[in-house]
Amino acid sequence: MGQEETNNTGYFKELSKGFIRENPIFILCLGLCPTLAVSNLVENAFGMGIAFFFVLLCSNITISLVQKLIPDEVRIPCFIVIIAAFVTVASLLMQWLIPDVYARMSLYINLIVVNCIILGRAEAFASKNNVFRSALDAVGMGVGFTASLFIISAIREVTGFGTFLGFRLIPENIKPITIMILAPGAFFTIGFLMALFNLIRIKKGKVSK
Amino acid sequence: MTLGQIIALFMGSVFVQNFIFSRFLGLCPYVGVSKDTPSAMGMGFAVVFVMTMASAVTWGLYRYVLIPFDLTYLKIVAFILVIASFVQFVEMFLKKAFPALHRSLGIYLPLITTNCAVLGVAFLNITQFETESYGFAKSTLQGFFAGIGFMLAMLIMSGIREKLEYAEIPEAMKGLAIVFITAGLISIAFLGFSGFKL
Repeated sequence: MGQEETNNTGYFKELSKGFIRENPIFILCLGLCPTLAVSNLVENAFGMGIAFFFVLLCSNITISLVQKLIPDEVRIPCFIVIIAAFVTVASLLMQWLIPDVYARMSLYINLIVVNCIILGRAEAFASKNNVFRSALDAVGMGVGFTASLFIISAIREVTGFGTFLGFRLIPENIKPITIMILAPGAFFTIGFLMALFNLIRIKKGKVSK
Repeated sequence: MTLGQIIALFMGSVFVQNFIFSRFLGLCPYVGVSKDTPSAMGMGFAVVFVMTMASAVTWGLYRYVLIPFDLTYLKIVAFILVIASFVQFVEMFLKKAFPALHRSLGIYLPLITTNCAVLGVAFLNITQFETESYGFAKSTLQGFFAGIGFMLAMLIMSGIREKLEYAEIPEAMKGLAIVFITAGLISIAFLGFSGFKL
């Protein structure tokens, strides 16, 4: 993949940086609260991922469109209001489309508004780049976030419940590790996954000592 | 409210449903500022103050503006604006009164605005007390106690991290990985409170 990135004119790079190199969760360590809170079931993780993706894409596009209109001093409040508007839309849509998933995690859906990834992308990227690049950035980051959430929730659901999306993977008579779906399991999973990411980076020699 | 209810609320929001260890709210400042005890303490006080005030103000806003005018769907926008202005106020105050603390908190102070714990407690107050009368005292106290719980978690972690500096940690575990594992272990201890009933 490294070869392609240098050949294409930077667009692919914009898209792909969110997957691994600047993965919002494991490398940048942003947006951890919803990640840990909703990752006990794969279903929840998907709901969160989709809502997050929607808000990030819409807010990145909107902010890059209006970047010239917003005075520099009040940009953060403006960004927050734009993001809050899209979170309200996402929250109302989810309430209508998937009410049972929404009921389980309405608090964390509402809290997307203060997710550091979204505000971070608005501040660091969308307010300085054109619409197309911002949209690509949002797609990359959104996919990176959803994929990370998927990995964490898959580990937790399989070990904690013995199921995957409700299907039983581990036979009933093997006792699942209940702690994995409780709060400590979330911390352990993300801790070890971060260590794994670090290990890969060290092995690749990207970390200069 | 009786004293018993207050104690129950205190135990509930500080230990049983600790914002960090069981609700996962406010993790960014938690891992960011817990490197040494003084800044953890400063951040903790700032969060306690902002959370208490934010709970009180969002209560008034929700009860007397959003509900009568049937605007409850605007709660996300309204709450975040109130909290953002409060944080601005706290920042100005600290800059004047405690410049050293202001410098050491650095970037994390404006980030209280995007601290999900502060907004989280406002939303929790609404959903939790929806069935009951959504009382002013209860909401404010819940905000205050949740802030105390946050500060407690910060202090525990900063104490451990100061010692971790001298520990031999595997290369890959250095940085945030070991912090999360430690948080997981503390969280197991806090899980012990979950059977607690008053």
